[in-house]
Amino acid sequence: MSKSMLIISRQAPWAGPAAREALDIALAGGAFDLPLGLLFLDDGVFQLVAGQQPAALQQKDLGANLQALPMFGVEELYVSSRSLAERGLDAAQLVLPAQPLDDTALTLLLDRFDQVVTI
Amino acid sequence: MKFAIALFAPSHAPSSRRALRFAQAALDGGHEIVRLFFYQDGVHSASANVVSPQDELDLAGEWRDFVQQRQLDAVVCIAAALRRGVLNAEEAQRYGRPAANLDAPWELSGLGQLHEAAQVADRLVCFGGQ
Repeated sequence: MSKSMLIISRQAPWAGPAAREALDIALAGGAFDLPLGLLFLDDGVFQLVAGQQPAALQQKDLGANLQALPMFGVEELYVSSRSLAERGLDAAQLVLPAQPLDDTALTLLLDRFDQVVTI
Repeated sequence: MKFAIALFAPSHAPSSRRALRFAQAALDGGHEIVRLFFYQDGVHSASANVVSPQDELDLAGEWRDFVQQRQLDAVVCIAAALRRGVLNAEEAQRYGRPAANLDAPWELSGLGQLHEAAQVADRLVCFGGQ
């Protein structure tokens, strides 16, 4: 059986290439049909905010790539409800159907995966 | 135990040194390293053009010697490397750049190599993540 990997994405989409590079790990693993989860934590939750205008910073929109995750077989998407609350964001208004988890649920999530990569 | 080691930090970062010391200790302890995978700023840890002052640690050089002497499978992520100007001769030519700064023993390849290593290894140990 394949080992599972949880990718924890902690950087805002405007904070350099980290957000894209975390996503690329997920997309690459999805292409191999591996059991993957993607957790948006800390500033990483900003990746999920709708209506961003990255063109103003001469950046590409990460949202389109994020929406490709289910097509690549990455369907386990999670977001820290504490990280959302700290930033005044609402789980109902995100661009992806990421499941909000409280801190206790996050601990259980980390336990459930064989490998964890944090970027 | 079989380890896969991922490095996300450049050679001037403490986590690059920690990753190298961990890798050395793993081999010295009789364990196996299935692959080193350098991603994000970790690609700079593989650059042949890092010049450290004479009385300072030359970590990029140490990495190179370590990989060569232990004959390790050492992969630098190609997308992360191109973005940061870490190129081998083939990529430098492909993109019309005047210099290459990546050489043997490093191989430029894709993220599939990270996943493959994570599947084969008992443990994936990451250094320099944020």
